[in-house]
Amino acid sequence: MKVALFIPCFVNELYPHVAMATAELLEGYGIEVVYPLEQSCCGQPASNNGDSQGACDAARRFTGVFKDYDYIVSPSGSCTSHVKHHYGWYIAEDADYQRLQPKVYEIVEFLQDVLQVDKLPKPVYFPHPVSIHQSCHGLRELHHAAPSELMIPYHSRLERILQLVDGVEVRLPERRDECCGFGGTFSVDEPEVSVAMGEDRVAQHEATGAEFIVGADPSCLMHMGGIIRHKCRTIRPLHIVEILTGRGGAA
Amino acid sequence: MKNDNINHAEAAAAFLQDREQARWHDSAIWWVRQKRDAQAKQLPEWEQLRSLAQQIKAHTLSRLDEYLEQFQRNAEHNGVSVHWAADADEHNRIVHGILAAANVKKLVKSKSMLTEECGLNPYLEQRGIEVIDTDLGERIVQLRHEPPSHIVMPAIHLKKEQISELFHKELGTEAGNNDPTYLTHAARANLREHFLTADAGLTGVNFAIAETGGVVVCTNEGNADLGTALPPIHIASMGLEKIIPRLEHLGVFTRLLARSAIGSPITTYTSHFHRARPGGQMHIVIVDNGRSDILGNDDFYQSLRCIRCGACMNTCPVYRRSTGHSYSYIIPGPIGSTLGPSRDIKKHGSMAFACTTCGSCSNVCPVKINLHEQLILQRKRAFDAGTLKPAKKMGLLAMRFLTRHPSLMDAGGKVMRKVVPILPQTLTQHSAWSRPGRELPEMPAQSFKEMWRARQEKKHD
Repeated sequence: MKVALFIPCFVNELYPHVAMATAELLEGYGIEVVYPLEQSCCGQPASNNGDSQGACDAARRFTGVFKDYDYIVSPSGSCTSHVKHHYGWYIAEDADYQRLQPKVYEIVEFLQDVLQVDKLPKPVYFPHPVSIHQSCHGLRELHHAAPSELMIPYHSRLERILQLVDGVEVRLPERRDECCGFGGTFSVDEPEVSVAMGEDRVAQHEATGAEFIVGADPSCLMHMGGIIRHKCRTIRPLHIVEILTGRGGAA
Repeated sequence: MKNDNINHAEAAAAFLQDREQARWHDSAIWWVRQKRDAQAKQLPEWEQLRSLAQQIKAHTLSRLDEYLEQFQRNAEHNGVSVHWAADADEHNRIVHGILAAANVKKLVKSKSMLTEECGLNPYLEQRGIEVIDTDLGERIVQLRHEPPSHIVMPAIHLKKEQISELFHKELGTEAGNNDPTYLTHAARANLREHFLTADAGLTGVNFAIAETGGVVVCTNEGNADLGTALPPIHIASMGLEKIIPRLEHLGVFTRLLARSAIGSPITTYTSHFHRARPGGQMHIVIVDNGRSDILGNDDFYQSLRCIRCGACMNTCPVYRRSTGHSYSYIIPGPIGSTLGPSRDIKKHGSMAFACTTCGSCSNVCPVKINLHEQLILQRKRAFDAGTLKPAKKMGLLAMRFLTRHPSLMDAGGKVMRKVVPILPQTLTQHSAWSRPGRELPEMPAQSFKEMWRARQEKKHD
């Protein structure tokens, strides 16, 4: 099985350790991991700002780069969701995209649905309380968990995969899945609202008594991390793959 | 009437200056969202009801012309006068014509977002007709000369102390008496006078039933009932999307409406109007005002399924932290942010960006409108209409170029990682990212591509 890493552009620059943890985690399960160096942005910023030409170019480019792999796996729910659910706005008729679309996975989805893992490659002991951050696109577009709005049976991928970690204590914030306020360029288009939302979110995670905010989307963690550092708080944002690879404590 | 020139980001920033009031606003509305959840949870068939409502509305919209004509025939058969208004101005002229013909001096109105959309109050007032809004929240904002900030709870932006002050000034209540029961009684006594002296009543319409020609109005205060029972003339104004085919479909929507809107199993009053009372008149004005254009648009026609419950506002984290007054269109929040831009992208373009695309609105919507996706699609129209700020447009064009040239993007990323850490804080702290209280991320020494290349080389050594 040949898996291509799709590392979103900002993760490449700002969170290389999250990308590396993703690669190591997959390799830990004996998978051949490839990282196509010619990849760039998936086009979500263009799409979310109405630039259909830019979004369309990026979608075609992405499809060209990734079309020949067995699976395409990414440590970002939002970018994955853009490729999986919104490229259709631009290149729905593209036969290569139609073949690629079902092979695109967010990392936790991939571990659970494709690899169906029941243990981690290396045992991980993480004796800390963590507060789960459901990022919106992972939650509501990739169905990472049962969103609080829908009257459906409760499930949560992050909680389920953390059961494979020893010692970790999972907590949920009040308003268990409210948006943190990042929203891509929303964060700078409406910075006051964005930060107000983020401050509320961080406070709710802190109120659980957790030491870490754990999520599956580096963008939300970046936004909350910026607020945490501004306020000199001690809670730390952590990507789920950092825990699953045993890097959490050192991050 | 609302000021079209409001820019959401600026208005929201101004609202957030008073963080305490903003927190209160957020909590007050979140409480309604929680009530909605509690009610929805009690119905095991909640998600099926939503699907059913979606399907009934989708079917109706696909044959809207037939159902509207059927509705008209049946209403006229009941002796109701049916009028068609292509736009807001025609609606206002029709209503004024009815009132002028009967020499009406005072009109009592129950809540109707359509008349807000059409600007009916100022139109009639300029022509010498006194208009009294009789929904308590609407009355409050009318006395304050401001638009409603929410479509179901028009005065939700105000605390009881502010209402006490207003009533003291306008209705002569005791200064400093903030007791909600006292204030409500004072408003009721004042409104009773108006009900008794009005010459005509106007209501909105929640549902119009093609099969019967009747209209259904849902309120919690009974003001629509008093406003139609006392004066001899009843005018019901409705957008043309309010039609449902049959009476048997109504229950699907009444079960969803109040639960979604305010977290109650049903509205206190669900009033059915079929004909004028003896000696009276009943008129129905069916208004298009841009709805046919939306119906013809592949991306946005779903927004016509809306039953105006306001649940999308209550769940919207941006709405709760910015108030309805930060939106340029009369209907705020997620549904307003597709309806407003559909009406006029140049005026209301900023609304489409007042959204993190979290998608909570699409999930609470009782008729399953793809609200957050519609907002993204409205941004295409904003981009194409040239409403983006020049700096943002430049940024997007640069991003287009860099996406096609990853080596340049990598070079840019490297420069960023090297330069940002040595920038003086005075430079970065005024950026949109940092200004409201958010640090830039730490800049790692290497990008993942650099790390990966090094790792591959090591492997091959």
